[in-house]
Amino acid sequence: MIKILIRYTILFVMTLLVLAALSFSLAYLFPGDVLVNLSGITPHNDAQRAALMRQFQLDEPYIFQFIHYVSELLQGNWGYSFVSGLPLREEIGIAMPATIELSAYALFIALVVGVPLGCFAGLRSYSKSDYIINSASMVSYSFPVFWLALVFILIFSLEMGIAPLSGRLSLLFDVPDKTGFILLDIILAKNIDSSLALGDALKHLILPTISIALISTASMIRLTRRSVIDVLNSPYIAAAESRGLSKSQIFFRHILRNALLPILPLMAIQITTLMTNAMIVETLFSWPGIGNWLIQAIYQRDYPALRIGMLAVATVVVSFTILIDLFNRFIDPSREKYERATV
Amino acid sequence: MNKGFHWVLGVCLVLTLQACNDSKRDAFYRSGIIYCSESNPVNFNPQTDTSSTTADATAHQLYDRLMDFDAETGQIIPSIASSWKVSDDGLVYTFQLKKGVTFHTTAYFTPTRTLNADDIIFSINRWRDPTNPYHNISGGRYPYFESLGLAKNIAEVNRINSYRIEIVIKQKDSSFLANLASDFSIILSAEYADYLLNQGTPERIDDFPIGTGPFKFQSYRKDHYIRFEKHNDYWGDTSLTSDHLIYDITPKSSIRLAKLITGECDAIAFPAQTELEIIRNREELALSEKPGLNVGFWAFNTKKYPFNNPKVRKALALAIDKNTLLEAVYFESATRAKTLLPNASWAFQSDAEDTAYNPVLARELLDEAGVAPGFTMSIWAMPVERAYNPNATKMAELIQRYLSAVGIQANIVTYDWTTFRRHLREGRHDSVLIGWSADNGDPDNFYRPLLSCSAIPSGTNRAMWCNKRYDQLIDEALQTQNTQRRKAIYEQVNRLIYDELPLVPIAHAYRYQAYRKDLKGMVINPYGGIRFVGVTKVQ
Repeated sequence: MIKILIRYTILFVMTLLVLAALSFSLAYLFPGDVLVNLSGITPHNDAQRAALMRQFQLDEPYIFQFIHYVSELLQGNWGYSFVSGLPLREEIGIAMPATIELSAYALFIALVVGVPLGCFAGLRSYSKSDYIINSASMVSYSFPVFWLALVFILIFSLEMGIAPLSGRLSLLFDVPDKTGFILLDIILAKNIDSSLALGDALKHLILPTISIALISTASMIRLTRRSVIDVLNSPYIAAAESRGLSKSQIFFRHILRNALLPILPLMAIQITTLMTNAMIVETLFSWPGIGNWLIQAIYQRDYPALRIGMLAVATVVVSFTILIDLFNRFIDPSREKYERATV
Repeated sequence: MNKGFHWVLGVCLVLTLQACNDSKRDAFYRSGIIYCSESNPVNFNPQTDTSSTTADATAHQLYDRLMDFDAETGQIIPSIASSWKVSDDGLVYTFQLKKGVTFHTTAYFTPTRTLNADDIIFSINRWRDPTNPYHNISGGRYPYFESLGLAKNIAEVNRINSYRIEIVIKQKDSSFLANLASDFSIILSAEYADYLLNQGTPERIDDFPIGTGPFKFQSYRKDHYIRFEKHNDYWGDTSLTSDHLIYDITPKSSIRLAKLITGECDAIAFPAQTELEIIRNREELALSEKPGLNVGFWAFNTKKYPFNNPKVRKALALAIDKNTLLEAVYFESATRAKTLLPNASWAFQSDAEDTAYNPVLARELLDEAGVAPGFTMSIWAMPVERAYNPNATKMAELIQRYLSAVGIQANIVTYDWTTFRRHLREGRHDSVLIGWSADNGDPDNFYRPLLSCSAIPSGTNRAMWCNKRYDQLIDEALQTQNTQRRKAIYEQVNRLIYDELPLVPIAHAYRYQAYRKDLKGMVINPYGGIRFVGVTKVQ
């Protein structure tokens, strides 16, 4: 077990190093002054410039520059945004939780809705209800998330006026950013009517969460269904039936556990799709997350922000992926190399 | 008691709680106004910046001025100064200040005294006196005061007593009071400035503002929001003012409109001309409009042949149909301009002469001036969208067609905005479609920058036109305080412009204010930034 842990740690660190190298090289690849791209500060005079050069060790060979860059990153000195002049760590610290929060709710819905529906369809495979569920998931899987979000805005916000179209919370609520997770922040905030604010936040959450969740739910249904069908065909189910176990016993003891195991590693892939979709949807709903933030950085050619933003997103995705893989290894140590389930 | 009764009682209780909850919720959502603004303010001091975004966010919310413009009549009315007196020679202005005017108490500063003469002197000296410790904070540029030469014209600012000050100027200037009433002449707190200086953080003065206005600053997050809170001890009437005011910074005009429709904004900045119809058609939205203080025009480079000949300029003016331009370019969101002054100005002359569309006469005049058919000229069209000309290229194309009807071939020229202005200043153009937005209601704010000789080097006189008589007249107009007398002089000026036609005034664009109908008290202020004092949300 320790061996696995060490292997994963090495994998994690190496991936991050490659990412850091990529992000470091962006400072050179982006147009403009390397120093400015790295620091986000435009020096006003030569003395200031020389000081910054020393601080970032830009007069040293590349390899030393890189080592220095990584140590600065670890210490939390991520540079400053061109546009706002604020420390990037602070900006990402606000934007990233918003994206993670949105993705988490979408994932939650995908699991709560997708897994039961998938089991249901799998148990009644090739029946009418299976076909209905399967084709519905097929249809919603093929919606482009961008289009879906726009249609939702058009119908539910502009026509019916039942859901707001931008942001996380009405600005009338003065909720300080403590954790970056809006529901938590509301609970922690003082001097506001929490129940009113929670209601308002949920209203803001509905449309973006559903736009992202629909697609993830669809793939969850299809994964679960396939996996359940595979398990149903395995000999131990027949054995269990012959032992006279009841249907619910068979389902909970044998089918569910075995069907979910191959899905877990696939969740790792789902996380990437989920985050990407979340970032797209954010820009449409003016959700103050990392996707929206990166788009703004692109518009305004905020190179330091792009460099760090890319690194931050990649780090989050890599961490989640590796954690889920690791988790999977722990609960299912029998597999030396994890197998992929089929869709 | 039977079970049925229990049920009824329970349902009633739930309904009452629900109703109570609803009214609480409604009261909460009515407690603040959300205004969707178009951009970030540079900082929170309009002295340092002339952009309308900064003025909208600060001038009438956080601060007061010595005087204000009445939004209806354009007259100068008392604000912090309860009264004022101008000496007979027009060089000494004495202001009597109101007593008991309180500054904001915020998380970062608690004032110990009310407003007095020191605050006025500090506020003026900040932009006037380069030795003031605050002069160079936030860049040390005060564009509004620099462009009008105001700092140079003030000889001294004296304190007579705690509530009376005197400003001595060097040369008579009848637009002086108007300049002190503009958005940019705000009153800062001298006590706060001293406090910051002691703390060693003077740069905070423009980012964490303290003023006397109806709202006080709470917090600001760039690209997201600005929060204001009602200033409960405001000297003016705030019984109808909302408790909270929030600027939701939303750069895209279509998103601002969408948020207005869903009710996420109560009012929005700058609705696009193409969206006005949508707003008018929506029952819950209101659109009020007022002629703005601006003018869009077509200026000829009078330094170049044949545009140095007034006859040619007249011919070109007669060749175009202004009404068609108005319909096609402004979508009827502008009024036809006869002179430089829009009718929002007190000096507006309703019976001024105007050129009428007459291509036949135009051709005759061109022949008289010796401009043969087939003559080629350039029309420069500005590359940016402005209220006074939302689409200069389209207008240029229309003019091009009108000109070809009188045998003149026109080429349309455009560059990026910076290059465009630089080349204009160098006088490379034959003619240009551009305009002007004024900062206060004073007519001098139009006449001087647009056509005076001294405005050629500073780059606002696009016609490169220098006329001794014109300069004499507009200087003369500043020598008198009598508005009737001034108006008469400006009528002569209008006559002169009509005869000479260095530029063809085309349109005065309206200013629009789009808001939800449940917002009461919204008034368009043609003389500067938006005002939220006295605005409330009702049921």
